[in-house]
Amino acid sequence: MTPLLELKGISRFFGGLAALTDVSFEVRKDEILGLIGPNGAGKTTLFNVVNGFYAPSRGEVFFKGERISGLKPHQVCARGLARTFQVVKPLQRMSVLDNVIASAFLRAKSKAQAVQIAGEVLHLTGLYDDREVISKGLPLGKRKRLEIARALATKPELILLDESFAGLNPTEQNESIDIIRKIKEIGITIMIIEHNMKVIMSISDRIIVLNYGQKIAEGSPEETRNNPLVIEAYLGEA
Amino acid sequence: MKKIAPTLIVAAIAVLPLLGLSTYILHVLILTIMWSVIGMAWNLLGGFCGQVSFGHAAFFGVGAYTSGILYNKFGISAWWGMPASIGVVAVFALFIGFITLRLRGPFFALGTLAVGVILRVTAENLPDVTEGNLGIMIRERSWVDKTWYFYIILTLAVLVFLLVKKVVGSRLGYYFVAIREDQDAAESLGINTTYYKTIALCLSAVITGLAGAFYTNYMGYIDPKVVFALHDISIVVIMVVMVGGVATFWGPVVGSAIMVLLAELIRSIPMLGAAHLTFFGVLLIVIIIFLPNGIIGDIPKLKRLLGIRKNL
Ligand SMILES: Nc1ncnc2c1ncn2[C@@H]1O[C@H](COP(=O)(O)OP(=O)(O)O)[C@@H](O)[C@H]1O
Ligand SMILES: [Mg+2]
Repeated sequence: MTPLLELKGISRFFGGLAALTDVSFEVRKDEILGLIGPNGAGKTTLFNVVNGFYAPSRGEVFFKGERISGLKPHQVCARGLARTFQVVKPLQRMSVLDNVIASAFLRAKSKAQAVQIAGEVLHLTGLYDDREVISKGLPLGKRKRLEIARALATKPELILLDESFAGLNPTEQNESIDIIRKIKEIGITIMIIEHNMKVIMSISDRIIVLNYGQKIAEGSPEETRNNPLVIEAYLGEA
Repeated sequence: MKKIAPTLIVAAIAVLPLLGLSTYILHVLILTIMWSVIGMAWNLLGGFCGQVSFGHAAFFGVGAYTSGILYNKFGISAWWGMPASIGVVAVFALFIGFITLRLRGPFFALGTLAVGVILRVTAENLPDVTEGNLGIMIRERSWVDKTWYFYIILTLAVLVFLLVKKVVGSRLGYYFVAIREDQDAAESLGINTTYYKTIALCLSAVITGLAGAFYTNYMGYIDPKVVFALHDISIVVIMVVMVGGVATFWGPVVGSAIMVLLAELIRSIPMLGAAHLTFFGVLLIVIIIFLPNGIIGDIPKLKRLLGIRKNL
């Protein structure tokens, strides 16, 4: 069976800096794949390459067997691959509902349908009661969730979540874990970048570890936790 | 009440010529309505889609010259310029969009500014086509009386108003605003930002061109310095929208009323000449400081300032 997403030998350079070096792995349908690594390891860059913001300097990305490296972000999204931003990018002067309607239009045939999709997604992400709020005024926790809601409204098969938990208090974190489980239940595959070890270990089926732009480990949460290379990478950071 | 208010306002404006207004007042009304049209056009691109153009004179001028050249070179009525300008300006805007829409923010603004200037210089230096600095004179005027011009531009304004409302409430409008708020976010949500910015530009340009074609017919004379003017067209339309209220439906209408009246007032002061630009500049600064969202955008604030508080 072809994997849902496949990275083959991805490198990305910024001038002389190698943000990613020869990274290969695959995302299987219906799994939650955790992506971890110290700050500056290249995790966000990897999302940017997958979603089409950056072209890879070397290597190729395949989604559902189709080569997507070289496509524009909107084309990648239209093929069923959505992402959120670590530094949230709400459409500030639009209400929460309008934010989500704008992305729901990708699949909706009419405005009524877009409103309906937006309503479903807002219920799922627990933002329905905030739908009239202008998103500029949302607290960070909810802005992070709005990122997820917007991505979901494009009806993806694979969603890339970039540090959706950072800056959340424990209650919000638990809510977000529930949301991610629900997303998995409705049949969406998830790749998630997360710093919080407890969170990532508890929700991931598999984990990939990046360090200095290289993949240093891949395996179950159990294997990752006990991998000496991983321990060293994180100790090295501290 | 809110629903029928626009209809009432239009009806009230429509009966104005029946009151036996002086030719001068009718002229001021026609200019006001024409500037509303240009303002609504600019607002679609600059206000809703966030692509601030400093070169709308280019589209106004191309529309105006489409009319003028049809009359001057092909010997047909300059009114044909109105339908013809739609195609001409659309193609022109596609070309301009291809060049300028890859630029973002201030770079787009500078790009459009250059386009406006280039067009003026081109029109000045192509006498075989445009008659250069001599300009084009429409010798056979359709009507001496201004009433018909009034109804033609009013009809155009109503149609444009309805179009803008329709567009803003639809998928297009959501995409325009999404692009304005964050182009990268819009792109990653599946919105082809280049494509939709091009649509916004073409719509805006075509409407502006229609106003230009009307202008040729109404004024009966055009030259490059007037219809491609940076300060008297490109900048004024920005002021119309900013004074009235960016990204509001009525902002351009209110803004044009204020700007045209102000221009006429200042013109009536003798010996002032080009100093009217100074007044506009000062006005703009005052507006930006006190009513950054324009008159329509800052209605709640205005009410507070004037002491008319909404009863809670
Ligand atoms: N657009 C860019 N231009 C130059 N350097 C970049 C750019 N984007 C990321 N980098 C660099 O690439 C490295 C990886 O960054 P990033 O992918 O954001 O790391 P992470 O998300 O794992 O913390 C960092 O050294 C960062 O400075
Ligand atoms: Mg990051």
